[in-house]
Amino acid sequence: MIRLVSYRVLQAGLVAVMVGALTFIMVRSLPGDMAFRIAAGRYGYDLVDGAAAEQVRRELGLDRPAIAAFADWLWSMARFDLGVSLVSGVPVVVEIRHQLGHSVELAVVAILLSMVLGPPIGVLAAIRPGGLFDRLVFVATVGLRSLPQFVIGLLLIYGLSVHAGLLPAAGHGGARFTVLPALTLALGLAAVSSRIARDATITVMASPYYRFGLTKGLPPGETFRRHGVRNIAVPVITYLGVQLVYLIEGVVVVETLFAWPGIGHALVHAIVARDVPMIQGTALVMGLMFVVLNGLVDLVCHLIDPRRRAA
Amino acid sequence: MIVGIAILIALTAFSLLTPLVVDGSPTGQNLAQTLQPPGPGHRLGTDHLGRDMALRLAAAIRVSLSVSIGATIVAAVLGVGLGVLAGSRGGLVDRLLSTAADMVLALPGLLLVLLIIAIAPGRFWPLYLGISLVLWIEYFRMARAITIRVAASPAVQASQLLGFGPVYVFLTHYWPQMAPMILTVGAFGAATAILSVAALGFVNVGIRPPTPELGQMMIELLPYYHEAPYIIAQPILVVFLLVLSLNLIAGGKAR
Repeated sequence: MIRLVSYRVLQAGLVAVMVGALTFIMVRSLPGDMAFRIAAGRYGYDLVDGAAAEQVRRELGLDRPAIAAFADWLWSMARFDLGVSLVSGVPVVVEIRHQLGHSVELAVVAILLSMVLGPPIGVLAAIRPGGLFDRLVFVATVGLRSLPQFVIGLLLIYGLSVHAGLLPAAGHGGARFTVLPALTLALGLAAVSSRIARDATITVMASPYYRFGLTKGLPPGETFRRHGVRNIAVPVITYLGVQLVYLIEGVVVVETLFAWPGIGHALVHAIVARDVPMIQGTALVMGLMFVVLNGLVDLVCHLIDPRRRAA
Repeated sequence: MIVGIAILIALTAFSLLTPLVVDGSPTGQNLAQTLQPPGPGHRLGTDHLGRDMALRLAAAIRVSLSVSIGATIVAAVLGVGLGVLAGSRGGLVDRLLSTAADMVLALPGLLLVLLIIAIAPGRFWPLYLGISLVLWIEYFRMARAITIRVAASPAVQASQLLGFGPVYVFLTHYWPQMAPMILTVGAFGAATAILSVAALGFVNVGIRPPTPELGQMMIELLPYYHEAPYIIAQPILVVFLLVLSLNLIAGGKAR
């Protein structure tokens, strides 16, 4: 347990160092005069002059030697000072606090939705392996995994919003706005978790303890509840940890597609606008979100699988 | 698996042969003929700027394939080489390389690629670098695990006692164990690379226009889905087929 937590803390530290080093290299290695480029991004290319560039230079400490600037950066990171957005002038922490909620909301709804969709379908498919339903599910999952997320999103918008007019196509508001982006993410996740659940179910049903349950006269439903569910849940939830990569990457794309005001959307905007503090802040928060979610998956595995607690 | 290889060969052939058969350039505009349906002049129609879709798709497939194949090869060579090194040397080398791998894993792949692209937007090399940097981990872990397992076997020890060099040991003992795994990891990796390139094009930070790229073609054509649904369907279908073929190749071997 302690090893688990300390590993994740170490990982969080690595995320911070990686993001920091990359943004640092980014600032230093841009071709041309960095200060002019950032000033141009902020004020527009026609309005840039030496004074504006000089101000940016002082603000970012670009006139100082690299080592000093790096030490400075480490110090501000240690104080959770992420700087001020170069575009809006608002502190990065304030912007991110605003956006993070939206992203977490989207991610959590997507995970829950995928858990409702994926594993039950996988279990149903495993009842008769090789049967018609199993084959249909197989084709559907391979298809879903082969489509980029934004295409799944586009198809959903086209089908459910433009044609049927059931849901809003994009934007952010009440619960109705959450359905499509969350469903887009959830479908991709469910495609994998249903496969995992199917394979796990087949293994569990063939196992001696499950057979014994049936042999001693337990009804199939009872056997499944008592001996099946937990054992199937372990690989499904473990694999959720691996899928989190897909989720976080998906957040970037899906938020952009649905104009969802979260950190993925903010990151893409910041990259286009060369808003270095925002890039650093959003990437850092997304990386940390990844670590925290992974830690949660570990914890859930611990709770449902007593063998791990013993180990 | 055969289906996957067939699809992949067909797409590659299409991307290589189309420029030989069709005149013009993938970026040549003709504003008098925008959003044409497929017909004799333009076999797959034209896009919103009157550019020939067949040529653009062929060029976009070449971009996707070259990035994914290039990144996959770089990642495979690097990952297997370092994995064997870490597995056979052990000790400090192993510790350092494994820590490096853990560091890269701490960030989701696309996020890492996005950050590297932010260093030099609109160029090809950050794309290659970022994607290879994400992909090499898989090979590294696989090669390291196999090396550690095989290195302890009597066969390797016998070879070493007989005085065979590391190259011989690698080729006769390690390589036969790794080769089938490399194909699987490689095909999955290439599929990931194609999806990443398309996703980056879609959020407008990948390859810059007018170079045709599949994800970017979709976002450009999106406003015209109503007038010309068959045009936007083309890049979508191509991405789907590319990734599907690679997934089939990887999946077929895994079983």
